[in-house]
Amino acid sequence: MKPKLAVWKFASCDGCQLSLLDCEDELLMVAEALEIAHFPEASRAVVAGPYDISLVEGSITTPHDLERIEAIRAQSTWVISIGACATAGGIQALRNFQAVEDFMRMVYARPEYIQTLSQSTAISEHIKVDFELRGCPINKNQLLELINALLNRRKPHLPSESVCHECKLRGTVCVMVSQGIPCLGPVTHAGCGAICPAYQRGCYGCFGPSDSPHPAALSQAFKSLGVSEAELVRLYRGFNSNAPAFREESLQHE
Amino acid sequence: MSEKKRRIISVDYLARVEGEGALYIQMNGSTLEEVQLKIFEPPRFFEAFLRGRDYREAPDITSRICGICPIAYQMGAVQAMEAILGLEVPEPLRSLRRLIYCGEWIESHVLHIYMLHAPDFLGFPDAVALAKVAPEAVKRGLRLKKIGNTLMTLLGGREIHPINLQVGGFYRLPEKTELLALKPELEWAREAAIETLRWVAGFEFPAFEREYEYVALKHPSEYAIHEGRLVSNLGLDIPISEYERHFEEEHVARSTALHSIHTGHGAYFVGPMARYNLNFEQLSPSVKALAEEVGIAEHCHNPFKSILVRSLETLYALEEALRLIELYQKPDTAFVSGPLKAGKGHGCTEAPRGICYHRYEIDANGLILNAKIVPPTSQNQKTIEADLRHLLPLYLDKADPELQHLCEQAIRNYDPCISCSTHFLKLEVARA
Repeated sequence: MKPKLAVWKFASCDGCQLSLLDCEDELLMVAEALEIAHFPEASRAVVAGPYDISLVEGSITTPHDLERIEAIRAQSTWVISIGACATAGGIQALRNFQAVEDFMRMVYARPEYIQTLSQSTAISEHIKVDFELRGCPINKNQLLELINALLNRRKPHLPSESVCHECKLRGTVCVMVSQGIPCLGPVTHAGCGAICPAYQRGCYGCFGPSDSPHPAALSQAFKSLGVSEAELVRLYRGFNSNAPAFREESLQHE
Repeated sequence: MSEKKRRIISVDYLARVEGEGALYIQMNGSTLEEVQLKIFEPPRFFEAFLRGRDYREAPDITSRICGICPIAYQMGAVQAMEAILGLEVPEPLRSLRRLIYCGEWIESHVLHIYMLHAPDFLGFPDAVALAKVAPEAVKRGLRLKKIGNTLMTLLGGREIHPINLQVGGFYRLPEKTELLALKPELEWAREAAIETLRWVAGFEFPAFEREYEYVALKHPSEYAIHEGRLVSNLGLDIPISEYERHFEEEHVARSTALHSIHTGHGAYFVGPMARYNLNFEQLSPSVKALAEEVGIAEHCHNPFKSILVRSLETLYALEEALRLIELYQKPDTAFVSGPLKAGKGHGCTEAPRGICYHRYEIDANGLILNAKIVPPTSQNQKTIEADLRHLLPLYLDKADPELQHLCEQAIRNYDPCISCSTHFLKLEVARA
């Protein structure tokens, strides 16, 4: 029997699960290697659990989400959270810094129709997660590597150093040193391939904090480039604002 | 009223749409009592947390509304900011924007044609199952989709949430040689798009036509993608800045999406069929000839045939991409800029599934005071429900599973992107 794959969605933009469909050269091979048992964005067919691999996209934002994520854990061997929403609460975690009632009144004429939690939180805050894939969006090659590793029972090769390493590998000249462009690369988790500096702009942290980051030192360097306190807060409060290292640093400058 | 006659069809989780929604249908004998498209995608409050952000952050933030059509959000945001600052984006930057938008149309349309919509017509649950009997067709679709993503990646840095668009232009400009390298694959794709059209033209389509108000952008000299005036077949003709004077959003209890109506007119139709019916004349001669070959020259009023229109638009986008690549000469600067000032600006472009409207107000420091974003699916939602109300009485003799499948298909005709419209679907059919 082929291992069963399930794809689940919580609050998100659908981009990370789309990454699987964007594997145009590999999708049919993936479908040979495992049974795509639950993937509503791609199929009407639903095969009942239990599942070997559950990919979870999106953050927990409603009371019902809390029940669903427990049920997913109970019927899955490996739970893998994919993307900044699932691993850190996503852009919608910006509500965590304000009163959600005010947000509802700004967007909806009838807030009483809406059920939502005051915080947008990562999957791992609620259940045991076996692996996290970072990124807004995730890198599809990393997703394939992780699925391949799980199927072959080996450790996935997924670097956890900073984006700076990827710039060096790519041969990109540092945009911060050479052009004075503020760049979150030194404190941001590798995985994107250092795209932004290669396109002449600073990293905006969409893969979240790297292992043991030093954002306080980076903030000092930003200030010497003329970045204001308010701008510092906004820099750390992007797509991973609720990741602890970014959240704590943003609070230092409020 | 006999209890036996009451039928309830309830689809709790609509498949092959982007995002989460449900459908509830209640029938009493031959009377349709209730059709509800329910959207339970959780709210994410983009318009709220945009307040206080820097105007330059809007394209990157709003991109995250939708992983399938990020360019639509980025483009609407940068246009609105450029309108506030009085920036005119010159050639060839303007054409480069049209080129990356062609990439988004191609990847999104081909995703929908091959992976979401075609399996409905051929009786398969998904493209992977379809690939077992029609591997060449599915492989063609995947390769075609990939060229759309390749354009997005070259011009945008990556296919999902590109990073290269900024207020005033781009961060980095491609070399002409990088674009020319895509030509052979685009030329293959142009032939593959024609094969796609002929393949889908062989599907069986339910006989279903209604009268709609189509709303789309119209441009004086091109098939509108990223700029134009808003027009309809019922006489609307306004600059995008007047959108909110003519369209309003309603919040209904079953939905975290807001429903749009054309004030004084009601439901309206956006997307490929709206563009096609309003702007057919501006398509290329080869696209028009193929439209005639498949029997929808000039007009198409059957939403089940939207798959033909998507195929024609895919071909058009590929031809445009080839044309724009030939014309491209790399300029000296990647963007234009000007002094910061307070003001209000609007953006509106043709996302693959229809018009996507943005309005922002910023202060003298460039901070966003308020934002309003109206995605295509919330504009189509009332029309989708009306289609179901017209369609169901024609098929009441069908058993629940068939009826359910037909309803799902009628919804997928619109390529609804539910993630976008929350600010959208699960089917329940109740037969009384």
